[in-house]
Amino acid sequence: MPERPQIERSMIEIRNVTRSYGSFKALDDASLTIREGEFFSLLGPSGCGKTTLLRMIAGFDNPTSGSISVDGQPMEGIPANRRPTNMVFQSYAIFPHLNVEQNVAYGLKRLKLAGTEERRRVEEALAQVSLTGLGKRLATELSGGQRQRVALARALVMRPKVLLLDEPLSALDKKLREQMQVELRRLQQAVGITFVLVTHDQYEALAMSDRIAVMFGGMIAQVASPKEIYQRPVNRQVADFLGGMNFVKAEIVEENGASLVLDTLGFGRVKTDKPKAFVRNGAAATLGIRPERLRVLWDDATAKFEVAGKVVERHYFGEITHLIVEIPGLEKPLSVTETNDFGADDIPVGTTIRLAYDPEALVAMAD
Amino acid sequence: MTAMRRLLPGRLLPAYAFLYVVFLYLPVIFLPIFSINTAATPKFPLSGFTLKWYHDLPRTPALLDATWNSLVVGVSASILSTVLGILAARSITRYRYPGRRAINGLIMAPLVLPEIIVAISLLLVILQLGLSLSLFTVVLGHVLVCVPYSMTVLTAGFEGFDRSLEEASADLGESAFGTFRRVTLPMVAPAIISSLLVCFTISLDEFLIAFFLTGTEATLPIYIWGQLRFAAKLPGVLALGTLLLVASFLLMTIAEILRRRAARRTQNEGGLHA
Repeated sequence: MPERPQIERSMIEIRNVTRSYGSFKALDDASLTIREGEFFSLLGPSGCGKTTLLRMIAGFDNPTSGSISVDGQPMEGIPANRRPTNMVFQSYAIFPHLNVEQNVAYGLKRLKLAGTEERRRVEEALAQVSLTGLGKRLATELSGGQRQRVALARALVMRPKVLLLDEPLSALDKKLREQMQVELRRLQQAVGITFVLVTHDQYEALAMSDRIAVMFGGMIAQVASPKEIYQRPVNRQVADFLGGMNFVKAEIVEENGASLVLDTLGFGRVKTDKPKAFVRNGAAATLGIRPERLRVLWDDATAKFEVAGKVVERHYFGEITHLIVEIPGLEKPLSVTETNDFGADDIPVGTTIRLAYDPEALVAMAD
Repeated sequence: MTAMRRLLPGRLLPAYAFLYVVFLYLPVIFLPIFSINTAATPKFPLSGFTLKWYHDLPRTPALLDATWNSLVVGVSASILSTVLGILAARSITRYRYPGRRAINGLIMAPLVLPEIIVAISLLLVILQLGLSLSLFTVVLGHVLVCVPYSMTVLTAGFEGFDRSLEEASADLGESAFGTFRRVTLPMVAPAIISSLLVCFTISLDEFLIAFFLTGTEATLPIYIWGQLRFAAKLPGVLALGTLLLVASFLLMTIAEILRRRAARRTQNEGGLHA
């Protein structure tokens, strides 16, 4: 795969930012660098501080301590209306007394452009979000998806250095949401503006982002590419938040530079990559494996690495089947997702089956 | 029995409703009827049609003075009450603070206090303060009774006002004042105009407080009350009353239309149909 040219300049610098409300810390000593031109997501459950962080970048809230800079400029004391950022609000915040064109042109009015230039930019922004021809419509006459596009156009027309998106897809139905994910990603690549997205939907973050910061309880747990976040979560919380994960108790036998040797029940002695942010806490650790990385072995097929167990539950989901398999020695049964191509939906409960796995799929996590 | 039970409410309810409405509005209907009757005494049968009483109205200097006074008081009281109402309604709908409900209740209280008690108390306070009675003191009294109405209208207009609209405006580069002028004001303007109209109408009709708090200058209701002592002046009073009635009705209708429009405007924001 061709490498992207490494001219990654930082666009947003968040340094030791804390936001307290009385004794409650909505954000606790968060530090983060967001690069120019990347699609960055802040992912976490509600109340994790992701929206607080976004609103502080926009200028609607201020850090109790720490600093935020955008494009090399410290943002302290700069109000929202003088920041090089624009936001797409969760409620879209379309001005109901203005039509689509007037909404999009709202911010341009202050720039005092020539009439033709203003018209050209409005038309261009509407074209970018495929709303050409709807300029005269009132906000009340638009569907949810169209309002979303107006909100996008209204922000993009300002040519911000950073576009902030606060759960922009949460109000849309599933199908439209998936369509908009693809469109947003395409749009971001076309305009090349840094996008910062706040979401609680892990699939949304995985599908759209260049990098993701996973947040819990006001702290940033991990910052990495979607693939790394999914495959190499730093702890159980991150692993759990990003889809299903089987957790197996493990004991650290050996720790060196880049690898770990763990002893487990069920999976035996395992050598794995040491996660980047691994902080050892005694000898105990956790080994994780995603349900889809366990494959059912049919008939006489064998694999270099396998475990055997008894199917105790079976759940049918159309294209996949979810099996719960009890493995001798493991305190919790394993979840296995198997595509239905080979008849996993017909495995009777009570059967003993063998599961193959790739040791590469095993991930060590600090306990 | 069961048939009877089913029939009774079925027949009696409309009759009751009809009587109720007649009782409420019949006196109101007599007003315009007798105001175009040639006879000076209001009784049936009507003796003939005339617009004489209306014709005489603009030729009565005392009436013109009273009308002018009422306009001055009404305009002042409505503007003052609406300004206070805007501040109060904004605070009640926008912020959460201890005592919010209590303050709301206290502002609304004049609606249910006996007006004569309010009037006498105000008179005592004003005299204690050493103020002389004038149209100004009437305005103060009217503000007290108008603010609750103003609050009711404005709260409906402000509630559901999505705060992110103001944030979006700031985000797009607009200053605080610009945001108020380009977003907040246009959105709540119908509610503000509605509040002005409601307050003006209430002040125009208000008698008790004006009666207690005015000096030598009469407002329209006080003028009307004074005229009632002379039987010969009654048709003129009826004509004047009819005009006031029509004016009030028109103002309140416009106010209600505006209030509904304001509520619709702020509340249809954030419709989540995809």
